[in-house]
Amino acid sequence: MNGKSSITIKGVKEGLVFLLDDQCDFVTLLDELHAKLDKHEQQLAGPLVHVYVKLGARQLDEEDKERIRAIIRKQGNFLVQTIESDPVAEEAADYASYRLHTVAAMVRSGQTLEHDGHLLLLGDVNPGGTVRCTGDIYIMGALRGTAHAGCAGHEEAIIAASLMKPTQLRIADIISRPPDEWASAEPWMEYAYLADGAMQMDKLTHLHHSRNKVLQAKGV
Amino acid sequence: MGEAIVVTSGKGGVGKTTTSANVGTALALLGKKVCMVDTDIGLRNLDVVMGLENRIIYDLIDVAEGRCRLNQALVKDKRFDELYMLPAAQTKDKNDISPEQVRKIIEDLKPDFDYVIIDCPAGIEQGFRNAIAGADQAIVVTTPENAAVRDADRVIGLLEKTQIAPPKLVINRIRPSMLRNGDMLEVDDICQVLAIDLIGIVPDDEVVIKAANQGEPTVMNPNSRAAIAYRNVARRILGETVPLMHLDEKSGVFRRVRKFLGMG
Repeated sequence: MNGKSSITIKGVKEGLVFLLDDQCDFVTLLDELHAKLDKHEQQLAGPLVHVYVKLGARQLDEEDKERIRAIIRKQGNFLVQTIESDPVAEEAADYASYRLHTVAAMVRSGQTLEHDGHLLLLGDVNPGGTVRCTGDIYIMGALRGTAHAGCAGHEEAIIAASLMKPTQLRIADIISRPPDEWASAEPWMEYAYLADGAMQMDKLTHLHHSRNKVLQAKGV
Repeated sequence: MGEAIVVTSGKGGVGKTTTSANVGTALALLGKKVCMVDTDIGLRNLDVVMGLENRIIYDLIDVAEGRCRLNQALVKDKRFDELYMLPAAQTKDKNDISPEQVRKIIEDLKPDFDYVIIDCPAGIEQGFRNAIAGADQAIVVTTPENAAVRDADRVIGLLEKTQIAPPKLVINRIRPSMLRNGDMLEVDDICQVLAIDLIGIVPDDEVVIKAANQGEPTVMNPNSRAAIAYRNVARRILGETVPLMHLDEKSGVFRRVRKFLGMG
């Protein structure tokens, strides 16, 4: 434990918040909780106190939660209100389930447009402006600012714009700075995508090679 | 009932006060009753540019705090009977007045004037919020520099969130020679990025600096290209259709002006 406590107790307006470390072993954690409450037995006596337990990233089943409750309950005046873990990262959201949302807007310097899903923006993104999306970003207009597609971690997300002059492009965790890394002066529409963890540009007309899942009724 | 127009830019030094003074004077020249309001509290300049510094008795803060009536604080211009100025306080700062107080003063001015021109301080903080509080319309001033355009864009974004009508753009300090060589942002490029209506382009003119130092608005000098440009802005505010000035082909006029000033 190298001397650092894995339990932090904070006083808030509603009562006490127990912040439990999410890295250490669960049994160690219980022992320490035990020790801590025993040590402070006198100080913690008094009127009824509501206790909120925060587990950080640790996920516990009902049985283990009950063990925490039992330890805290031993301190007569403590009432455990909640035992919570941080919400699970959004990995759970399925990329294929994202819906397309259409917005008509000018994203100017200092403004941020955020959306959960795919976004079709009818308008420009100016330098200093940001568009952030968990899915794809399609811009019918000029992209001169920053665009971040797949911001929840989806590396298959793409960014397409009628005029591709971004300050910075981000897909998932990859950041790319034109024109240091690439420059676009092509007359056709382009899109940015990730290939082997690096930002790539291609003609938009090539997109269907990688995304041909939709059945098309083509004339014979 | 008059119209209140705020002149703003975000960035400092692009010519807000010069534009306010010249557009205000040009409107008066066209026979309108105009009041210019300086909201740059603590750093007032409009009175200096107009050459009215020595006539100030009361200021904006005095009016807001009830130390004088609005009429007492108005400074009448020495050239026009129908041109007035409400000066800013020099000893206070922007936080000594609230947007509500400014709005009240502008509302009180509007019935008596055709146009109330509000000179906004640089920045987007309290001073900016004060200045735009009572405005019906906005003029955004920028210069053909990336930094100024960026700040103008930010300010336009903030203005679009208010009840003020879509702002109009003035591009100030254009140097035709640099434009020709491609060393300066093109008017078209700026308009494309900012995506608002252009209400005037003003060439860079040494006469402007000279006139400001003499406390004489440039528009009074019909030989200056900048003066004509500011007059055009005023005419467009009145609803006239005035074609944009040709910056390129009339470089001869510059030479004539220079000759007239004894520099050519």
